[in-house]
Amino acid sequence: MSEQVVPALPPNPDPCLNVEITPELVAEHGLLPEEYENVLGILGRVPNLTELGIFSVMWSEHCAYKNTRRLLRLFPTEKADKDAVGQVLVKAGEENAGVIDVGEGWGVAFKIESHNHPSAIEPFEGAATGVGGIVRDIFTMGARPVLLTNSLRFGSLETPLVKRLFRGVVSGISHYGNCLGIPNMGGDVYFDDCYEGNPLVNALCAGILRHEDIQRGAATGVGNPVYYVGPGTGRDGLGGASFASRELTEESAEDRPAVQKGDPFMEKLLLEACLEMMAIPGLVVGIQDMGAAGLTCSTCETASRGDSGIEIDLDLVPQRETGMNSYEIMLSESQERMLVIVKRGRERELEEVFEKWDLHAARIGEVKEGDRMVVRHKGVVVADLPAKSLTDEAPIYDQPATEPEHVAQARSWSQESLPELPEDGVGESLQKLLAHPTIASKRWIWRQYDHMVMSGCTVEPGSDAGVVHLSIAGIDKRLAISNDCNNRFCYLNPYEGARIAFVECMRNLACSGARALAVTDNLNFANPNKPEAFFMLKECVKGLADACSFFDVPVVGGNVSLYNEHGEGAIDPTPVVSMVGLIEKEESVTRSFVSGPDQSVILLGGWPHELGGSYFLQTQFGKKEGKVPSVDFDAEKLLQDFLLSRISEGVLLAAHDLSEGGLLVALSEMLFENPDLGLSASFDSLGESGSLAALLFGESQGRVLVSVSPVHESALLEEAGKVGLQAHLVGKTTTSGCMKVSVDGREVLDARVSDLHETWAQSIPSMMSQ
Amino acid sequence: MKVAILQFPGSNCDWDAEHAVADVLGVPASRIWHKSPLPAETEAVIVPGGFSFGDYLRCGAIARFSPIMKDLREFAGKGGPVLGICNGFQILCEAGLLPGALVRNDCLEFRCLTQPLLVEDSNERFNRERLGSSIALPIAHGEGNYRADETVLADLEANDQILFRYQGNPNGSANDVAGIRNSRGNVYGMMPHPERAVEPYHPNRDGLPVLEAFLEPLVSKDPVEVASS
Repeated sequence: MSEQVVPALPPNPDPCLNVEITPELVAEHGLLPEEYENVLGILGRVPNLTELGIFSVMWSEHCAYKNTRRLLRLFPTEKADKDAVGQVLVKAGEENAGVIDVGEGWGVAFKIESHNHPSAIEPFEGAATGVGGIVRDIFTMGARPVLLTNSLRFGSLETPLVKRLFRGVVSGISHYGNCLGIPNMGGDVYFDDCYEGNPLVNALCAGILRHEDIQRGAATGVGNPVYYVGPGTGRDGLGGASFASRELTEESAEDRPAVQKGDPFMEKLLLEACLEMMAIPGLVVGIQDMGAAGLTCSTCETASRGDSGIEIDLDLVPQRETGMNSYEIMLSESQERMLVIVKRGRERELEEVFEKWDLHAARIGEVKEGDRMVVRHKGVVVADLPAKSLTDEAPIYDQPATEPEHVAQARSWSQESLPELPEDGVGESLQKLLAHPTIASKRWIWRQYDHMVMSGCTVEPGSDAGVVHLSIAGIDKRLAISNDCNNRFCYLNPYEGARIAFVECMRNLACSGARALAVTDNLNFANPNKPEAFFMLKECVKGLADACSFFDVPVVGGNVSLYNEHGEGAIDPTPVVSMVGLIEKEESVTRSFVSGPDQSVILLGGWPHELGGSYFLQTQFGKKEGKVPSVDFDAEKLLQDFLLSRISEGVLLAAHDLSEGGLLVALSEMLFENPDLGLSASFDSLGESGSLAALLFGESQGRVLVSVSPVHESALLEEAGKVGLQAHLVGKTTTSGCMKVSVDGREVLDARVSDLHETWAQSIPSMMSQ
Repeated sequence: MKVAILQFPGSNCDWDAEHAVADVLGVPASRIWHKSPLPAETEAVIVPGGFSFGDYLRCGAIARFSPIMKDLREFAGKGGPVLGICNGFQILCEAGLLPGALVRNDCLEFRCLTQPLLVEDSNERFNRERLGSSIALPIAHGEGNYRADETVLADLEANDQILFRYQGNPNGSANDVAGIRNSRGNVYGMMPHPERAVEPYHPNRDGLPVLEAFLEPLVSKDPVEVASS
């Protein structure tokens, strides 16, 4: 027990806050007894309730990454090749978002962030404020946001609960993003029982900025004023960061006050006002979003980054409710607020911008000598803490990890244990896969998102990657964005599953003609205090880190969301990988749809031969099992380099990655832009597996379908052979409106493309209208 | 500056409109803040899309009280050309510069897609011969369901005031109305976004003839060739 050598602070003006700090109160704040001991050591005295609240949110998993910080160090944060495009300008963890170079003096800031717990309780507001939070992280950097995407996970779409969550989340995202006028390029959505009651809502934003305009979230320059800008503080979102760092329970609905309420109109005003203010040379010293842990986090983080002290007076904080005490003001997560530090003597310049936009700009404090964060309320010091203790001295844990039994079982699985797929069952199996909501068309979702605002939409959602032209920056370049993570693979083999998420994501970019630049990841996992859950987390991080290093695609930021558990159990490990790529030339923009008849369709990468973990096993047998497909980084690199060079030569008319559902699903999807087209495909053998199901529905990695004009067919096959890449002519597109597939000379499928399309297109709409 | 593009708090297609008019069509254009006066040299006004004042109360209902609306009324009253796109159309209806109102889509959801439209022979600028009988333009709105009483609709039909009709009505609009003009022929309103169909990388470039038709006296010859270079 540390001695109380430092005198206690005076009583708080609100008598409710002058309570004894008991072990129960400490536990309610989510701090372990040993963590509280640290607090006593740091302060040299017992904290008051406001201070306890501040430690509680800053040392929560959400803010401090206490269970993952060590693991995250495995990620490469810079490019090894210093001559490559996409050098990292702001690294992961340094600021609100990472920034990479895209040439000609421009940079791209981007980051993904989760809002899982709030969305589980209140899907509309939870998802909406998730978008709001990530957009603020991007414009805080000085960047003009140019695109949004989401990575969403829900339980089975059969249940009323999941339908309600799905509808609420999509309309929350649609409402907030559309109002802001930032194109939403869709993203990835999976449906799996493991997310029942604990949906995942990960929102990504990317923005563009000049190198010289990168802003920092540091409070420097003693005497510089600290401003609060944006709408007033209310009691909403109290302790949201701590709430996000617990498991969801039956009682979680009672945490509804911890879910914030969003106002996209306010955010739009704040966005425009901040960009206008930041465009004034030399005015802004530091700026930080008030996101998780609100005023607390923004003040101590800016002071800590600036190696300064900071002092604020809560009487000066704009408030939209009366009688708020220091605990509430410091911990509120009211939305659409920012902390700005400007040059002393230039206050009017900031105030004029915010007056124009009808927003509060209140001077609430200033940068001080030393290292303390001092908070006053009604003339009394209500908190006095070393700022760095909150940001840098949070405890870091290395949890025990144990391999779950099902992972070992999956490794020893053999696909010979499965019944043979009869040839006359192919059509029905394909229909089942196309109807699975994970595979079915997501148009029901993205037709609710404005993906064309800002005039940049070049490839709309539904292709392998979304592409936006950067015309708003006045440059002739395009950003491509893709998200990926197949939870089934991560559940069965976390290390390989994470590697698959990475290569699939990168392959999607390559199919679109984009060279991958950098990753932002969202690690969605269960309770890390459970050894089996921590094992999954650790292995996924290792797998992802290995992939990033091999392909020299660094991680420039991201988010960790743990404790994704609910009554029924834990979610599958879901390390969402989001990758930004660059397309220099308009001609390189490639879609996944064939545009006409008489095109040769070629499979690159060889026959699929692995069924483990596939959606075929799910839709046919209801099984999540098996040995996950192997990943060969060298082969993958060969494939993607080949794709990108053929695209730059203008040879490829379409390119589509094989993923969930395998070969027949991918072939069908290539025809769905124009269901009058047909395809005659033939495979001369079953390939190395000898299994019809593995060939047609296996999800082997490193496979891409491309279409070319017949005049380029033989050259393409030859060039592939020269570099050692397997390439097979699958067939030709026709005007028959039928997809015919034969294997080893026997016809196994003759289906109308319009029927397949109907199944695929109507699956989600019809489920949602029931 | 010839074209004034009004900017309200919450406008979010103001840049897009400026880009299409200034960068693509080569007609000088500027964004004018809603608290500023309309510049004297203004020859045409675009009221762009977005969510002016957050669309609180009703879409366009607060924007119509903005200071610049007084100047806009005068400008339109003198016969100056005004085009309202999406939220701009809603504002012009709320301001009484165009008849009718736009209410919630009948599907109760936001819709963003490239929408086929039938072109009506509305006047010497907006007609099938010039624009083609059918075009496709992006739509992106939650409240684009055009409503007017029977008399107004009958008048619009009788006076050829309908500019475009939806082919496959996405929002429940009466008479499939996608865009209209006033009886005098100088104020236009449409839910589809012509400014989002002007670049080679857009779904198509059907927006160019629409904007050219509106800006006819201001557009120099062969602007499309200039833009595509």
